[in-house]
Amino acid sequence: MNRIYLIIAGMAAATYVPRLLPFTLLKNRRPSKYLDRFLKLIPYTALGALIFPGIFSAVPDMPIAGIAGGAAALAICFVRGGTILPIFGAIAASYMIIAF
Amino acid sequence: MKELRKASRFKKGSQAGFPIVIGYLPIALAFGILSKTSGITLLESVMFSSIVFAGASQFMALTMIAMGAGTLGIVLTTFLVNFRHFLMSASIAGKIKSEKRSMLPIIAFGITDETFSVASFSKENLTSSFMMGLELAAYLSWNAGTAAGYLLGSTLPESMQASMGIALYAMFIALVTPMAKKSLKIASLVILSGIVNSLVGRFESVPRGWGIIIAIILVSFLGMFIFNDEEAKEL
Repeated sequence: MNRIYLIIAGMAAATYVPRLLPFTLLKNRRPSKYLDRFLKLIPYTALGALIFPGIFSAVPDMPIAGIAGGAAALAICFVRGGTILPIFGAIAASYMIIAF
Repeated sequence: MKELRKASRFKKGSQAGFPIVIGYLPIALAFGILSKTSGITLLESVMFSSIVFAGASQFMALTMIAMGAGTLGIVLTTFLVNFRHFLMSASIAGKIKSEKRSMLPIIAFGITDETFSVASFSKENLTSSFMMGLELAAYLSWNAGTAAGYLLGSTLPESMQASMGIALYAMFIALVTPMAKKSLKIASLVILSGIVNSLVGRFESVPRGWGIIIAIILVSFLGMFIFNDEEAKEL
């Protein structure tokens, strides 16, 4: 068999099992107060770690373009909110840094 | 009537996935192009995206194949890199209001950093229809982008492609800012988690992808004790 197929199958299993397991473990079970809190905090802490430090290399070798994009997104969030506008604002800000 | 509501929840989910569609396209195009230059076939490239469906580890696999790494090494690295989804799935599993339990294995398959983030901060109930709409939008753009990148071989103008790399970060910022704005405690946890991840990343001995796991566990654990019951309800 082609080795690439074997790699794909192995990677698929290695990725799917951690995604699936919590759904079976938490089935019909109410988590305790503290576990519930822990689970509810994950989105905030995950997002913090997804943003930093990755944003500094969002544009390869140009940390300032990443910072400018992030700052633009943050500013638009404060003024207008929403998701789409901050994204396009960030792309525009990064583009300007790269292009000029 | 019930079917109709389901359809509208599905539609709401796919609309909520629109920012992900924008963010995935340039990365998926890049994956398709890199696949072609790595010498794998179009079918194999699309199989990576459709069966594995995990961005960072797909790029990593191509790099490792090019370096001549063994199959087991690639699979183990994938497991380490993608294990963070265990925590994300756990968070979603606790909130999901499933109309149909049989859908859960499919919803689990579609959990990525981005679908998890959008679902977590959505004002909608996380029904299985909503989750399916959201995940399908993300899935289709990832796969269409992969195939298009492979077939077209070239990408958007270089500075355009490079600037679009910021899109998913901007989405993460846009998702977390409204809550962080309301609560200094939440804002502190977000920043602290970013700092922990950055610090752990400096240790070469920690496998890639584990900085985020350590940050999530450490900072969420700390966070359990800083909110009173009233504040915790708002989370």
